[in-house]
Amino acid sequence: MARARRAVTDARRAVEAVWRIESARIVATLARYTGDFALAEDLAQEALGEALAAWPASGVPVNPGAWLVTVGKRRAIDLWRRQGRESERYALLAEPAAAQEELAEPDAVADDVLRLVFIACHPVLAREASVALTLRTVGGLSSAEIARAFLVPVATVQQRIVRAKKTLAAAAVRFELPPPQEYPARLSAVLSVLYLIFNEGHAASSGPEWMRTELSTEALRLARVLAGLLPREPEVHGLVALMALTAARFPARLDRNRDPVLLADQDRARWDRALIALGEEALARADGLAAGRGPYALQAAIAQCHALAPSVEATDWQRIVLLYEALSRIAPSPVVELNRAVAVAMAEGPATALRIVDALAADRALAAYAQLPGVRAELLVRLGRLDEAREELERAARLSGNERERRVFERKARELS
Amino acid sequence: MARYMLIMRATDEAVAAYEQIPFEQVIEAMGRYNESLRNAGVLVAGDGLAPEPGVVVDFSETPPVVTDGPYGETKELFNGFWTLEVPTIEEAVEWAKRAPLTPGNKLEIRRVTGPEDFPADNEWIQKQAEWREHAEQ
Repeated sequence: MARARRAVTDARRAVEAVWRIESARIVATLARYTGDFALAEDLAQEALGEALAAWPASGVPVNPGAWLVTVGKRRAIDLWRRQGRESERYALLAEPAAAQEELAEPDAVADDVLRLVFIACHPVLAREASVALTLRTVGGLSSAEIARAFLVPVATVQQRIVRAKKTLAAAAVRFELPPPQEYPARLSAVLSVLYLIFNEGHAASSGPEWMRTELSTEALRLARVLAGLLPREPEVHGLVALMALTAARFPARLDRNRDPVLLADQDRARWDRALIALGEEALARADGLAAGRGPYALQAAIAQCHALAPSVEATDWQRIVLLYEALSRIAPSPVVELNRAVAVAMAEGPATALRIVDALAADRALAAYAQLPGVRAELLVRLGRLDEAREELERAARLSGNERERRVFERKARELS
Repeated sequence: MARYMLIMRATDEAVAAYEQIPFEQVIEAMGRYNESLRNAGVLVAGDGLAPEPGVVVDFSETPPVVTDGPYGETKELFNGFWTLEVPTIEEAVEWAKRAPLTPGNKLEIRRVTGPEDFPADNEWIQKQAEWREHAEQ
């Protein structure tokens, strides 16, 4: 009883909860009114500060989103007044009382949120700047939360955001949707930023923990938001499907020492059925919208093969090989080729797969990629070439930037001695 | 992240009052709410329960006693749920406050357990460990 009462009256956390739900719409609405994305973000942060000061005493208002927009607008008017620019800008601002109606107009706000997503993932920005800006403005995360997720100092995240805003201002990026001729490339940039966030949580490239699932969960949430904004874009649903079907395996991916458990060894009873259902639904929507699958839908289809298989042995590896071949045709990459080799090893045996992997090793494109010697080692073990396998595992351990992963490679190498 | 279940309960009076509202209006309000949860990427699952009386299997005796209707003294009917994936209970509360419900309705918010709630010596986790050792041989 006492616990429940404390939880619901924690005002600060209540403000943060409202912020996560409303921040994208608040920043987007303020950006439309001021025509200035960077200013809108500042105003929204100021409004959040005011809410944190006021709500613990007054309680959360009935319409918290409208309250925050109203405060943001008032701050804008104050700013322009101080700058002597009210005549220039005043006309743009509706009466604060109108804010409630605007937030209640979902379609208009949805378009503004979409503009926000496209700006945060604008091609003039560096990848890490887009990641920080997307998580903060669209996701409603604080700089501290982003810093914690990426294991960098808070000041670093703040600098990235400040610099990103300056870059957008210098490039005179307007608060608008991309023109039709740029649209496919711009959408693809948005999807790749979301997928980057997902992957950083899914297999952290650095640091002591192998997974930081909050980051992946947030990426999935943002992809679902985007799917709501762009319901007719098949690859957005493809990305939702890929993330959901991959995240479904998270509960089985760590053992009791928090070390990685390979797909073959995972307890499939622990896979998240709700996420599998969500992923399958999203993939069906993607398939219903397009004649051919895009790269995300194809990868989702591969993840679906795993999700539906009762065991590694009972997996439809032939189908997975075909899906990887299709993926290689539309989005060729050495990593896809390596994954195809793994599937070929399961479908046809290690010798055929080793030829693919050897070609990749000769190509040097994956020279710094720990998974390449890792996969090669598995194939060599299956072929009985244990000394070579051990060398490859040692190489994989040296290349891995993740402590947990490195320990698994080292342990396997020792087991072969 | 955690999962929270929003459990909907209503008094008989609330159910009766709800039936006075045109059905299409109810569907539209619920539809909008569900869409907002979906588009925010937080909805994991949800269902409504049909109004006709159910059956209770009571384990007070062996074999269990099967009776019609809800628990004996219940004044509030459990008539639906949503499961949301959100980082804090406060966010689940914020979403709950936005549900299109009328007086006499209540939402109880409970955290759904996950693998982290089970002790490391849990049978299933042991089973997994054994399987791993076997697989690595």
